[in-house]
Amino acid sequence: MFEYDPVFLSRILTGITLAVHVIFATVGVGVPLMIALAEWMGIKRNDEHYRLLARRWARGFVITVAIGVVTGTAIGLQLSLLWPNFMQMAGHVISLPLFMETFAFFFEAIFLGIYLYTWDRFKKKIYHFFILIPVALGAMASGFFITTVNGFMNAPRGFDLENGVLTNIRPLEAMFNPATPTKVAHVLSSAYLTTAFVLAAIAAFAILRGKDHVYHKKALHLTMTAAAIFAISTAIIGDFSGKYLAKYQPEKLAAAEWHFETSTEAPLILGGVLQENNEVKYALEIPYALSILAHGTPDAEVIGLEEFPEEELPPLIVHYFFDLMVGIGMFLAFVSILYVLFAKVRKWNEWNKPLLWAIVAGGPLSLLAIEMGWFFAELGRQPWLLVGYMTVEQGATTSEHVDLMIVLFVLLYIVLCTTCATVLRKMFKNNPVEKELHDRGME
Amino acid sequence: MSYEVIGITVLWTFLYGYLIVASIDFGAGFFSYYSTITKKNHLINKVIVRYLSPVWEVTNVFLVFFFIGIVGFFPSTAYYYGTTLLIPGSIAIVLLAIRGSYYAFHHYGEKGNNFYQALYGATGLLIPASLSVVLTISEGGFIYKYEDSVWLDYGALFTSFYSWAVVILALVSVLYISAYFLAYYAKTAQDEKAFDVLRKYALNWSLPTILASVLVFFALSDHNPEHFDKMLELSWMFSLSFLFFLGAVYLMWKKKHLGVAFILVMLQFATAFFGYGASHMPYLLYPYLTIYDGFTNEAMAVALITAFIAGLCLLIPSLYLLMRLFLFDNKYVQGKK
Repeated sequence: MFEYDPVFLSRILTGITLAVHVIFATVGVGVPLMIALAEWMGIKRNDEHYRLLARRWARGFVITVAIGVVTGTAIGLQLSLLWPNFMQMAGHVISLPLFMETFAFFFEAIFLGIYLYTWDRFKKKIYHFFILIPVALGAMASGFFITTVNGFMNAPRGFDLENGVLTNIRPLEAMFNPATPTKVAHVLSSAYLTTAFVLAAIAAFAILRGKDHVYHKKALHLTMTAAAIFAISTAIIGDFSGKYLAKYQPEKLAAAEWHFETSTEAPLILGGVLQENNEVKYALEIPYALSILAHGTPDAEVIGLEEFPEEELPPLIVHYFFDLMVGIGMFLAFVSILYVLFAKVRKWNEWNKPLLWAIVAGGPLSLLAIEMGWFFAELGRQPWLLVGYMTVEQGATTSEHVDLMIVLFVLLYIVLCTTCATVLRKMFKNNPVEKELHDRGME
Repeated sequence: MSYEVIGITVLWTFLYGYLIVASIDFGAGFFSYYSTITKKNHLINKVIVRYLSPVWEVTNVFLVFFFIGIVGFFPSTAYYYGTTLLIPGSIAIVLLAIRGSYYAFHHYGEKGNNFYQALYGATGLLIPASLSVVLTISEGGFIYKYEDSVWLDYGALFTSFYSWAVVILALVSVLYISAYFLAYYAKTAQDEKAFDVLRKYALNWSLPTILASVLVFFALSDHNPEHFDKMLELSWMFSLSFLFFLGAVYLMWKKKHLGVAFILVMLQFATAFFGYGASHMPYLLYPYLTIYDGFTNEAMAVALITAFIAGLCLLIPSLYLLMRLFLFDNKYVQGKK
């Protein structure tokens, strides 16, 4: 039988919780902005279709927020339950953003509650829109604060370690560590991109199924335009992230790229299979691309894995996670820009079937990219929990029964996700757009 | 005041906030389900739904705030409580998760799904029971430390008279606080029928509440005499609490000034809760951890307190707005908006 290993099991349980939470958290950051865009368009153009769009998105959003809240509570508590030693240390240095995150969420929750119940309560429609601003800002701030904590785990700053004792603690420096700018920007931008694609996929699917109401076309146009913008910003930020890694965590970048020997003019490796003697087969190589990603010039030197002690190397599987994330990102950028182009040129039909199907595929793919990105971020940091200071082994609980808790939480997440999907399906199936347009007397 | 005392006071205040809003919420969930199976739901459900819907998410944040805050101010709590509370903590998470999401499923998704309603009605009572375990454990006698490891003695916990007394008090208080608030809310909504039902609930749960409190006192004197003696030094707070209780019951009985009656209930719990907390000091966990040896560094303490004040400046106006729009807007409460 397996030997009971609380460290490994704690990693599994944290991984499962985060894998579930990150989907709802991403949507939770992104959807308020999309609702705001729709409502703003509705008010500005005096077009009730857009307001209905905002209304329907908001209705679905509450359901996903509920799961986001409860899984967020779960991870918040699990940090202390599964990583008590880490939290004891981190509590001294990085608890400020954790604390502020609860405030940001508090703020968001209050205004979301108000927003949902005041659709027709104000004489001026714009007041209702104003209530959404704190929701979107709160969601963004939550994402910001929590990502700084993750940044801190990658690039710990803001304290001195003297004989095992933490001294001279500087909370703001810990929060604004070198990883923070690129990480926060990447998390927010990719959340907006993903949300736009998920919502676009819904609209595209409706059109594919023969629903020809202009409402769906407006929804598609709004979401795809937003997606194109965020796809470009995500790509630019991704480039900065590469440069951050090259400077501060070269072993992570090298693992992602299977870059074993330090060299100049380093190529970017896509896909492939690793042979026994670290030879890469069947991979697509883009010459100079890794040097450009890392330092911006084709002849720059990129540090290889050989320069790090073997026990401090991340698992090399992260290469696939990285490639999948980047690959999907490229696909999303390509599809959304193509759509915008098709929509601009009159002769071309932006509702052609292949393009619509590509958009539909983009929805689930973008969520997959988010998962891959986090798997890369977290596994790529191994064996460290706090890079250079604490390994996951030192941070984990020594408690028994983590295995039992995994079973408990897996069951919980299965139940929650299935019910969430059923409820959302029923909600929109029982009240299709056409029916609601009719009921509200908009037709 | 030292940073340690400011820190624990802030956290304790938030826990008190959670106690009140969560009790209303949990109790309402239970009453709503109970009234459905006793076929009285047509009388009180509307009142409950109108109150609960806009505020459910806010409730949860009070709790998150507390447990994130306590790790921030007192990082050593993560080590002691985090290591030992894996199972009870996980069970509480699961219950909170089920409750939160099924509340949303029920209200925003499938209205009238009895199974969903049963789930959040039942979890509403189990959550306070499971959370109260933490307070029980803090009294000492359940967590043991040997060299570098700490563990929780489940046998002692489940067979302790004190721990069961606390569970009973938690359950009864939830129903008591909730019934007083909902009765007041029903009255404001001018829903006389709902008010009659809820008033009966409120009065029925009054005596059990005070009996359960006495039971806890009695059990504590046996379980942790040191803490009990310190409570006796603060007996004026508990006496005051009892007076507030009498006032609240009197007003509810006479059907007068129900808003005041609810404020008296809040004061009753405030005095008792802070009396308990103050006498618990300086221990966070008997006998291993005090607020002084588990405290964070000064720089972090200043940062957290600053963030807290800035946060309050943002939150208080927002909460005020929420209350203006939903709790104290008579037209909304009466269902005219």
